[in-house]
Amino acid sequence: MASLKELKGRINSVKSTQKITKAKQMVAAAKLRKAQAAAEAARPYAQELAKVMASLAGKVSGDSAPKLLAGTGSSQRHLLVVVNTDKGLCGGLNSNIVKAAKIKANELIAAGKDVTFFLVGKKGRGPLRREYDKHIGDGFDTSTVRTPGFAEAEAITAQVIAMFVAGKFDVAHLVYPVFKSALAQDPVVTQLIPVPAPAISTDTGAVVEYEPGEEEILEALLPRYIKTQLFAALLEREASEQGASMTAMDNATRNAGDLIQKLTIQYNRSRQAAITTELIEIIAGAEAL
Amino acid sequence: MALHFELVTPARLVRSDDVYMVVVPGTEGEFGVLEGHAPFMSTVRDGALKIYRTEGAAPEEIIVQGGFAEVGANGLTVLAEHVEG
Repeated sequence: MASLKELKGRINSVKSTQKITKAKQMVAAAKLRKAQAAAEAARPYAQELAKVMASLAGKVSGDSAPKLLAGTGSSQRHLLVVVNTDKGLCGGLNSNIVKAAKIKANELIAAGKDVTFFLVGKKGRGPLRREYDKHIGDGFDTSTVRTPGFAEAEAITAQVIAMFVAGKFDVAHLVYPVFKSALAQDPVVTQLIPVPAPAISTDTGAVVEYEPGEEEILEALLPRYIKTQLFAALLEREASEQGASMTAMDNATRNAGDLIQKLTIQYNRSRQAAITTELIEIIAGAEAL
Repeated sequence: MALHFELVTPARLVRSDDVYMVVVPGTEGEFGVLEGHAPFMSTVRDGALKIYRTEGAAPEEIIVQGGFAEVGANGLTVLAEHVEG
């Protein structure tokens, strides 16, 4: 049995851990609200762009379509853009993202395709490198800024498109977590390049005039569309990270509370046992006289 | 009799207003949009949007970068990547 002093020490250490997890939980809750607001604010732009894309993509097709829309004509080399968080303490979020990426990668490898990873965020690097060391390509570090914004999305897109133009891959997929609630963040895999034509048809029948031309506009629009998707992924990641972190830290705080309770009971018991023993010794001594 | 004008960036909805006229710096020249303009789509070069709140009023200028303008049944929508002012 641990001595009283040891028990006291343990209780104190668990208490300070609880303080830290509690603080982290509250910070995450505050940041989550901000991240959600940011995700919401980004929606009108994405919707508007998707709408315009849909109406244009239907008009421009065949050989004249830009490569970003039509693809390279082959689907041999795949790029997986995996968006992970930079910081830990967010439960199973990162391992879930990595798991989704691995499933997709294994599926593609089994089909005889070449797979390269493009890693965004710090936390996916370790586990993916362990298994797919040969496949790890480039990456983008978002840990240098506090909250990744549109500038980062722009930089990532520039890198990815440069790789596409250089002919490094044929198809790109984006793996990122979608924030559903503080309890659920599901990783999803979507196709990034070639841009899948949005399904919504918004043909109003009105004759729209295009300046300069439909193709030129589409060509200018496609990189922007990809950028917006990456930006949305970054925002979702931010919200997911804070949500997952909040839940994980809530659990940790509760566990620490349980542990403290158990240790306190043990502490009180040992203390009482010590007092009883002492009393017995005194009484026994007095009786012996 | 007003034109519904929206300016949107990836980060937020910058402006959603009813105005008299907006002059947009299109890639092939500036164009003014009044209420009832025919459906029109154009890329926008980096430059200043001029917003006339009422007829003859002094224009308000917003610098946009990397933009795209759409005129539809519900007014003018400008999508810009960066906005200043």
